[in-house]
Amino acid sequence: MTLQDSITTALKGLQATKSRSALTVLGIVIGISAIILMMALGSGAESLILNQIGGLGAETIVIRPGKEPSGPSDFGSTLFANSLKNRDVEALSRKENAPHIVEVMPTLVVPGSVSYEGETYQPSIIGGSVDFFSEAFQVYVQDGVTFDDADIRQNANVAVIGAKVKEELFGLSDALGQNIAIKNRKFRVVGVFPKKGQVGFFNFDELVIVPYTTAQLYLLGIDYYHEIIVKAESPGVVPRTVNDIEATLRETHNIADPKDDDFFVVTQQALVEQVQVIIGALTLFLSSVVAIALVVGGIGVMNIMLVSVTERTREIGLRKALGATQKDILLQFLLEAIILTGIGGVIGITIGGVLAFGASLIVQATFSSDWTFVFPISAVVLGVGVSTAVGFVFGIYPARQASKKSPIEALRYE
Amino acid sequence: MALIELENVEKTYDDGTQALRGISFRIEKGDFVAIMGPSGSGKSTVLHILGFLDRHTKGTYRFEGKTIDDYSDEELAHIRNQKMGFVFQAFNLLPRATVLENVMLPLLYSSTRPSLREQMAKEAIEAVGLSHRLGHLSSELSGGEKQRVAIARALVNKPEVIFADEPTGNLDSASGKIIMEILEDLNEKHGHTILLITHETYTAETAKRIVHILDGKVEGDNGVNQRRRAHDSFVK
Repeated sequence: MTLQDSITTALKGLQATKSRSALTVLGIVIGISAIILMMALGSGAESLILNQIGGLGAETIVIRPGKEPSGPSDFGSTLFANSLKNRDVEALSRKENAPHIVEVMPTLVVPGSVSYEGETYQPSIIGGSVDFFSEAFQVYVQDGVTFDDADIRQNANVAVIGAKVKEELFGLSDALGQNIAIKNRKFRVVGVFPKKGQVGFFNFDELVIVPYTTAQLYLLGIDYYHEIIVKAESPGVVPRTVNDIEATLRETHNIADPKDDDFFVVTQQALVEQVQVIIGALTLFLSSVVAIALVVGGIGVMNIMLVSVTERTREIGLRKALGATQKDILLQFLLEAIILTGIGGVIGITIGGVLAFGASLIVQATFSSDWTFVFPISAVVLGVGVSTAVGFVFGIYPARQASKKSPIEALRYE
Repeated sequence: MALIELENVEKTYDDGTQALRGISFRIEKGDFVAIMGPSGSGKSTVLHILGFLDRHTKGTYRFEGKTIDDYSDEELAHIRNQKMGFVFQAFNLLPRATVLENVMLPLLYSSTRPSLREQMAKEAIEAVGLSHRLGHLSSELSGGEKQRVAIARALVNKPEVIFADEPTGNLDSASGKIIMEILEDLNEKHGHTILLITHETYTAETAKRIVHILDGKVEGDNGVNQRRRAHDSFVK
């Protein structure tokens, strides 16, 4: 018997009990479509987050105060930690301490709003260096100028604003040279970013950047920084530079044991790996929950195949009398199970894909327009593989039962 | 060399029932033998053993001169497919398959090229006079027609021997007569060896020879002196 004959025979067997086959395969359809949905959403979330992180160049290193958070409750301590100060910036800027650092920028986040002639808007106010932002994110001031190191040294009251901020406060009129108020302090608008939307961690349209010195001194009244961002020469020297940074800061902070570190270093690579690990674990967890559905579906298939084998005892006996070997019968019933679950898999992949597409539309509309619909080819391969494997695993037992039937017993069966 | 040769063949089932207690007979190529006996005599067991559907427990069975003990189940399935045809009392057709598909079934398990199968099946169906029913589902046929399809299926591989187990048992006399005519015809005109199992004397007497079996033993093995012709004397 050729394989094609076996497949034709199996298909005819399934056709004879169409509605039963359809119901049997439902469990597989649900399981596979859920897996596809999980994987598509997981990939979508991963690419969304990685895209946002990806805006920061691979040579960027972020230093945060406090202990490295190992759980959600640790984030609070990071927010209020005050261990990063100007001496750290100075120490890191010295070539003998960290030879591969090109630039060091402290940053601060200023809560609050900006206003201009009665118009008020709530942007993200960052104390930093516009040049550093421009370099790191490749977004350059379009109208006007940036503020420079001299402005930073002199705690100048200048600001560069995003396109949306400009539109909200000034409408169509010119913003350059005008004074906006942040926490009752006047800042002169020297530059406006072009409309760029989300780049890296920041939505540039919603950004107001002021010199970090001014933010620290006049807006927040603190002597520490929220973050220090460092740019290394190239991605290749990042690991070495991380070591340099840690050594330098331990020295300035008088820390002997790395366990007592009151800062931690986040690199692009580590961040990417972290996100991948988290999303991978989440996807795996959800998929294993879904796998239970597949096992239940598989048992359903086995059950129906056993019923079918019993019902068709006479047919099996006849086929054997006409020359079918055990192998022929085994293959016939095994193929029935595999084709059944395989069809379920294909339907499941289709439904899962449609659901994932629908979900991505909803996410785009409600949360983030940067969400992209990802339909991983690995999910298709996995879906087909898993569904046929389920057919094999749960079909082999009924098929063996069928193949072992003695022809005379089977022919006598009523 | 006899086509079939049984020597003191015994069959004891797992539960201890002894169905055959030393059966010996030969069937030559081209013969037409009826095996007769009341129900429970062991005649069906003989047919199962002859058709490789079951294995004997003692004695020797030679098919075409070779002892079958040496064959594996797979080899027996192959020989069964190539050299034996079966006609059952209960027809045993696949109800949801057409006449053509039913007759083609043994060819699926042979090495016949797919392109030849349909032609071979059509020839066999023509031989039993059912060419006009090719595309009908077997469940749509009358009993007599079903048995003719079964004969066509038994013929399709051009077997050495056709085993017919009470082939007229489920049929009215008119249909039974047609079936017997076909079997007679296959033996006389086409030289097929036929082994017929029956408990009816008038059916058995269409054969050339009758082997009587009683309580698992051969009671008599005689040629039929006055053979009946299925055509004019087969009446139930």
